[in-house]
Amino acid sequence: MSKPIIATASLAGCFGCHMSFLDIDERILDLVELVHWGKSPINDIKTFQQDCDIALIEGGCCNDEHIHTLREFRKHCRVLVAVGECAIMGGLPAMRNNIPIKECLEEAYLNSPSTSDANPDRILPNDEELPMLLDKVYPCHEIVKMDYFLPGCPPRADLIYGALTALVTGQEAELPYEVIKFD
Amino acid sequence: MSEDMNGGMDNTLTDPLSSTNLMSLTIDGQEIQAEKGQTIVQAAQKNGIYIPTLCALHADKESGLKHDLAPGTCRICTVKANGRTTAACTTPISQGLVVENDTPELNDLRKTIVELLFVEGNHFCPSCEKSGSCDLQALAYRYQMLTPRFHYAFTPRKVNADMPKLLWDGNRCILCRRCVLAIRTEEGEPLFVFANRGDKSTITVDTELIQDISEELAQQAMDICPVGAIIRKGKGFDTPFGQRKYDHSPIGSDTACSSGENKAGGEKS
Ligand code: SF4
Ligand code: SF4
Ligand code: SF4
Ligand code: FES
Repeated sequence: MSKPIIATASLAGCFGCHMSFLDIDERILDLVELVHWGKSPINDIKTFQQDCDIALIEGGCCNDEHIHTLREFRKHCRVLVAVGECAIMGGLPAMRNNIPIKECLEEAYLNSPSTSDANPDRILPNDEELPMLLDKVYPCHEIVKMDYFLPGCPPRADLIYGALTALVTGQEAELPYEVIKFD
Repeated sequence: MSEDMNGGMDNTLTDPLSSTNLMSLTIDGQEIQAEKGQTIVQAAQKNGIYIPTLCALHADKESGLKHDLAPGTCRICTVKANGRTTAACTTPISQGLVVENDTPELNDLRKTIVELLFVEGNHFCPSCEKSGSCDLQALAYRYQMLTPRFHYAFTPRKVNADMPKLLWDGNRCILCRRCVLAIRTEEGEPLFVFANRGDKSTITVDTELIQDISEELAQQAMDICPVGAIIRKGKGFDTPFGQRKYDHSPIGSDTACSSGENKAGGEKS
């Protein structure tokens, strides 16, 4: 049987979850024995060259590009894993969900102490090259079906490693008390 | 049956320490004795058996309470007593009572309650000062909640930051009613009250009384809240990771109950 292919993506996240994944340290060599890498910021492959078996998704959706990316992952990957609070429930970006988007933009670009002088023409970014902001930040499962969820901000490296090797080898993940944390 | 009860009562009057003032019951097959009039939660605690609680709280040094609290609002303590599901913190024991507590069915029910509380409020643990010491979060760890099985409601909730010493964050309030019952001025006036009904239920704060509460009362209010809804102002995130209440052992492991340990530790591979 050929090795399973892993892909990863960072949507509205801070890359902390990817960093935590790298915290598996030398165990990454064991993983290399078990899997092939597909599209991922880790190897900088930017397009799907073939369909993948497992995808780790960091971050929720805060703009239309995230939605597009997530749907592409759903189309091209067999198992989608939501990694971290942002992917699971929007995380810190979703703290804007109860504030109208207009207020958010005005605070960020017009009224905050660091921008009030720097933006004399009072421009809100509106180039058509820019992704369109969504009204809210959406957790991944509200956009596509997700198969697994690994909590934490970021999830402990041991949790990611344990879950991933379990998925790849078809065993049950071990989840001791120390690895499940929400912060 | 009624004869037994009368006999018990007579004895209570003449000799409160007589053994007939004690009742025998079983929890998960383990036979225990507890005093008549105690609730199932109190009886369990006295015998080192863990029943999870969120709104109920025992009177001890840590809680600073003189009497046990049992508002009966959260239902996390649900057990089966003689086959019927009931809240263990509000149900008094009876002679020969058979209680089921630590069973897969009840634990899944409790996990569901935790999940519902998570989706009903807006719980962003990474930004919460109670994280690591929060009873709700600790229960989610205990029941190995990876994500709630329900969709998040993202309901807009109020935050009251107008108080000099405290901040109240409705995003995290689980309406357990502990603060309403336990936090009072020296004259006994409540500082927190329930307002509205149903899904509009909320806690409101007596804006006048809250102005000059002592540092001690402010701290007590923060401590009594099982979640991070009452937070002290001007100091925060002052306990480092690794030293917080539930960093090393799961909630309930201090009540030296063997099943509590293997449930929460998740040693089952
Ligand atoms: S969950 Fe935390 S670490 Fe992961 S992307 Fe979000 S903010 Fe960063
Ligand atoms: S109150 Fe508890 S569950 Fe809610 S955000 Fe704070 S730590 Fe998390
Ligand atoms: S503020 Fe805290 S103690 Fe008061 S009802 Fe809400 S959760 Fe309970
Ligand atoms: S602890 Fe019994 S109902 Fe809340």
